[in-house]
Amino acid sequence: MKQTFSEKILSRKAGRSVRAGEVITASPDFYLSHDNSSAIIGEFKKLGLAKVKAPGKIVIILDHIVPASEEKYAQNHKTIREFVRAQGLPHFFDIQHGVCHQVLSESGFALPGRLIMGSDSHTTTYGAYGAFAAGIGRTEMASIWATDEIWLRVPETLRIEFRGAFPRGVFAKDAILKVIGDNGADRANYEAVEFAGPASSSFSLASRMVLANMAAEMGAKNGYFAPDDLTLDWARAHGRGGFEPVSSDPGAAYEAVLDCDLSVLEPQIACPHTVDNVKPVREVEGKPFHQALLGTCTNGRFEDLEVAARILTGRTVHPGIRLLVLPASRAVYLEAMKAGLLEILSEAGGVILNPGCGPCLGAHEGLLAPGEVVVGTSNRNFKGRMGGRDSEIYLASPATVAASALEGKIADPRKYL
Amino acid sequence: MSKGRVWKYGDDVNTDVIYAGRYTYQQLEPAEMAKKAFEDLDPAFASGVKPGDVIVAGKNFGCGSSREQAAACLRYAGVQAVIAKSFSRIYFRNAINLGLAVLQSLDAPDALPSGDEIDIDFEGGRILSGGRVFTFFPLPESVLGIVRAGGLLEWTKKKLATP
Ligand code: SF4
Repeated sequence: MKQTFSEKILSRKAGRSVRAGEVITASPDFYLSHDNSSAIIGEFKKLGLAKVKAPGKIVIILDHIVPASEEKYAQNHKTIREFVRAQGLPHFFDIQHGVCHQVLSESGFALPGRLIMGSDSHTTTYGAYGAFAAGIGRTEMASIWATDEIWLRVPETLRIEFRGAFPRGVFAKDAILKVIGDNGADRANYEAVEFAGPASSSFSLASRMVLANMAAEMGAKNGYFAPDDLTLDWARAHGRGGFEPVSSDPGAAYEAVLDCDLSVLEPQIACPHTVDNVKPVREVEGKPFHQALLGTCTNGRFEDLEVAARILTGRTVHPGIRLLVLPASRAVYLEAMKAGLLEILSEAGGVILNPGCGPCLGAHEGLLAPGEVVVGTSNRNFKGRMGGRDSEIYLASPATVAASALEGKIADPRKYL
Repeated sequence: MSKGRVWKYGDDVNTDVIYAGRYTYQQLEPAEMAKKAFEDLDPAFASGVKPGDVIVAGKNFGCGSSREQAAACLRYAGVQAVIAKSFSRIYFRNAINLGLAVLQSLDAPDALPSGDEIDIDFEGGRILSGGRVFTFFPLPESVLGIVRAGGLLEWTKKKLATP
């Protein structure tokens, strides 16, 4: 039987050959949770167990509200630290490390063929490394802590084939926004999305993470890039433990195959209040706004800061704009600092925030006042997500965000690159 | 085998019509929640539904928001299973974790009318209706166990209690 990567990874986990539509019980390789670990601890305690089943598989990364902005968040963090100590959990990352998806990846947990569950919807990100990674709820995570097992429905697969090369000023974010805009925010509901085609191996690992991350915004259970030399070299150098690469068989059954020609793309922007409300940047050029956000688990890596710095070198952002810079992790922060990018962005007027989720989820810093507009590189623009109920969120590439910050209104980055 | 009577609906039945948004932030008792089920889609449902009844629908059942009440209200109304061509991902997981069986069948939904009496063979993946047989992807024993236990937390507790 010819199988997709999802069918293969889950067959291996189930110990028998499975196909899309079947339900299996599996033991994941790792499971991630973040600040919501305190809620999971609450659910776990209801089960009346003294110990978690597999402490070495639990990865906890504090990132959502770090450092704590209020006493109740400080208490949550404290509860988590105490639990980590009491249970002897070896993989705990306190507030200094950065956004969970970036930290888990760069720490070598996300590897080809692995099964990773996370109590966060953008757990899909690890598909960039050829893992099967999906988001789940808190109660389910408590149950995994207790049993080291989860039930999973084997997903059908939507394959997206990329061909051609990016024109100047167009990036991975533009490609995924275009796909979501053309196909709708529920196009890949409950499916795996396989990013493939001749151009897929030209994407850097950081860019693959952008696509796999945003697969969640198409309703996908997981996103995936077949591991290639780039992935395998990285995994051998940085991976924790062994791994087994898995790729779809030629001729495996797909729900559908979509085609995306990168060479005809132009910069894209998702307009309020849904991620599939996507337009070419030129159609909204000139729209004034208040805050620019560069960073998050979607676009807060070195290559993202680098392209923004290229646009902002020797320039200053428009006086009406607050530019927030949010490196995805401490490792990214250090690398960008050593390369001089943070200096450029700070001199341009940017506020460099500590790595973490920051303003992305509208919980503790960089909030919008009612009626304000943000142009950011994050992944969700739902109404009110970043503050005031009637504030507006536009989503675009780091280049578009930097160019827009410079002009004080939404701008096409191609003239600066 | 488990007997039930069919309530038939179409494609894309969303969580808003299963359990209206105006109730999602109210804390209602199970019996009250059952009375709100399908209020905006089929006002006759809540008063007519009997324990063991089955929902049959087309594709993408449960699309929309992640509200768990859209699964819980059907279970509290006595519905034993939802049979549909496909389910939204979050609904599918929520339903099973709350103890509602969700069965994916490609042939049954078009063939079964409202009011039909059917037999569901949960283990065998078959639906029987007046001599006709339809199929669904059977839920494995472990997942059926979650449904039978009444939900994931109950199931986990039971599992932990059995050495
Ligand atoms: S950066 Fe934003 S999208 Fe990413 S994990 Fe944090 S809150 Fe979620």
